[in-house]
Amino acid sequence: MAEIRIEKLRKEFGAFVAVQQSDFVVNDGEFLCLLGPSGCGKTTTLRMIAGLELPSSGKILLGGEDVTFNRARDRDIAFVFQLFALYPHMNVRKNIAFPLLAQGMPSGEIRQRVEEAAKLLRIDHLLDRSVSGLAGGDRQRVALGRAIVRRPKCFLMDEPLGTLDAELRDLMVHELRELHNRIHATTVYVTHDQMEAMSMADKIAVMNHGIIEQYGTPQEIYDRPASMYVADFIGSPPMNFLPTDQTAQGGADKVVIDGAGVAIPRLDQLAGEGGTVLGVRPEHVRLDDNSRLRGSVYATEYLGSTQIIAIDTKAGRVKARTGVDVRLNPGAPVGISFNTPKLSLFDKTSGRAFRLIKGGAHG
Amino acid sequence: MADVRLSGLTKHFGDKAAVEGLELEIHDGEFVVLLGPTGAGKTTTLRLIAGLEHPDAGTVSIAGSDATKLPPAARDVAFVFQQYSLYPHLSVFENLAFPLRSPARRMSEDQLRSKVAQIAKMVRIDHKLDSRATKLSGGEMQRVAIGRALVRDPSIYLMDEPLSSLDAKLRGDLRIELKRIQSELGSTTLYVTHDQIEAMTMADRIGIMADGKLIQIGTPRQIYTAPANIHVAARLGQPAINLFAADLLPGTGIAAGAKTVGARTEHLLIAAASSGNGKVERVEHLGDQNHIHVSVNGQKLTVLASPDNLFKAGDTISIEVRDPLCFDASGNRIANG
Repeated sequence: MAEIRIEKLRKEFGAFVAVQQSDFVVNDGEFLCLLGPSGCGKTTTLRMIAGLELPSSGKILLGGEDVTFNRARDRDIAFVFQLFALYPHMNVRKNIAFPLLAQGMPSGEIRQRVEEAAKLLRIDHLLDRSVSGLAGGDRQRVALGRAIVRRPKCFLMDEPLGTLDAELRDLMVHELRELHNRIHATTVYVTHDQMEAMSMADKIAVMNHGIIEQYGTPQEIYDRPASMYVADFIGSPPMNFLPTDQTAQGGADKVVIDGAGVAIPRLDQLAGEGGTVLGVRPEHVRLDDNSRLRGSVYATEYLGSTQIIAIDTKAGRVKARTGVDVRLNPGAPVGISFNTPKLSLFDKTSGRAFRLIKGGAHG
Repeated sequence: MADVRLSGLTKHFGDKAAVEGLELEIHDGEFVVLLGPTGAGKTTTLRLIAGLEHPDAGTVSIAGSDATKLPPAARDVAFVFQQYSLYPHLSVFENLAFPLRSPARRMSEDQLRSKVAQIAKMVRIDHKLDSRATKLSGGEMQRVAIGRALVRDPSIYLMDEPLSSLDAKLRGDLRIELKRIQSELGSTTLYVTHDQIEAMTMADRIGIMADGKLIQIGTPRQIYTAPANIHVAARLGQPAINLFAADLLPGTGIAAGAKTVGARTEHLLIAAASSGNGKVERVEHLGDQNHIHVSVNGQKLTVLASPDNLFKAGDTISIEVRDPLCFDASGNRIANG
């Protein structure tokens, strides 16, 4: 296994810049998710690492070796595509063995490697079965087996679970991460699904228009989004945004929303004049009859262990996550308040987050 | 609007029963969601109601009269498919107006314009009425497709995973809108999905389907808190319900005769304890909450915890159940003791 280092990577297609000046490092054994909507440059980035696209400028180092212009087959990586294609006329064993056969490896060694891979994926009991009779999850495991049997330096995966049913996808998310915990393969995984990224990744790079907006651990990105774009992309439902009545000033520990004062962690920098927006995650919104910030219930969504209550305020719609015992009908008037240490504040014009001094361990 | 009654509905494809002996009543104005994996028979059920398939046995009755042998056009149902199919050369307005321009309708141009305007507003596409369908984003296209079904005022709406091709955020937004529109119109709706969140948040009642059969039908709260059997219990809840042998964990509320215990995260209590019965395998950070993956005697369990908890991989913990769901040897739920 090996570290992947990306330096000032850029890719243009004609006048269109797919990837601008990307820099990041995937440490040996780390699982990185490139996360973003379609067209953000995540797949192009992955294809450049794989050698399926050549960059316009910049460098790609794999285990310290510059592979920027190496051919794909000289890079010692395994690429897992969205649609797992298996050879339908071959059994499981032959499907997994195929990449090794193609390399001309001696059959004894192939046998041993295939059995090892199958054991890791817990499909060793299926080795002599035909792939055409397999259930969806087992087919995915066989396809993964074909990738890991080569023992490549790293794995690149392009939305490998994108076409699956929700239930099977949840299952495979856990299996992929467990597999990663067993083999510690350096992995770059592309997805537009924030839940997949949050569940599996050691680090997430959130991409937007060819730029990495934020790079960090899932919890950092969730708790301290660097921009409104990131705050909105991560979380289900995403972060609520409430414009403040006046632009907050440096040192402020309060903002005013629809005439109601709201305490915030102290603003540690000067804000411009472009306006400020308060950001609050649904689980940090409380129903509070004493609050001066008022709204009315638009809809409730029951989720079993929690529920989401959508509340229309004069400053916009706010979604709150509450316990399931709260019963509210559409139209009901409510007051809301927030869990102060967990708030974010953004520049309305640029969308960038301001530094806030949180009264705890967080900076 | 109208009610729908399916009675003994059966459809085979070759020797495979896609739908078998289905009994289902959808009340006037009700939003029923059929939830199940691919191949459960959900879409076939919709197509049987629409008249796009003919049943091998059983009847479909709409608004009290037998529609089993009626052609699709005579059934007064609107179908929204998974993949929006708009007329690419027409504007949003013309796409929405298309069903109203049928010669059978004899609608005046003024009536038509006001109807389209009303529906466009409802699905929030009124700002793009003059745009060509091909210039729209995926979410806008699907809103037009839904609007085109709404504009006709049919007796029944049939929707086949209309949100599944959209990204998660848009799906969340449209979910709440679709439910609002449905309750405003008071339209009878049958909606098919494999997404449990859609089912839980939109349905008046959820019907759980598997292998062509309806396993249980009830309100989301009923299905979640009182599932008929293990299969239903496993369909709802995130993270998925933990299922294990009744003697695995200590705790309260385990019914006599329980073979299997089903513990949702809210049924499990964990605490740091150096001589505990469980070990933390992995902590998954999902932002608003952590999933703690625990093993007890080789059995894997998932427990929810606040993101502020200090558990980490390798910790020994104590874990017990509080009033879980209990199932007998054949997988049916039994009341707590």
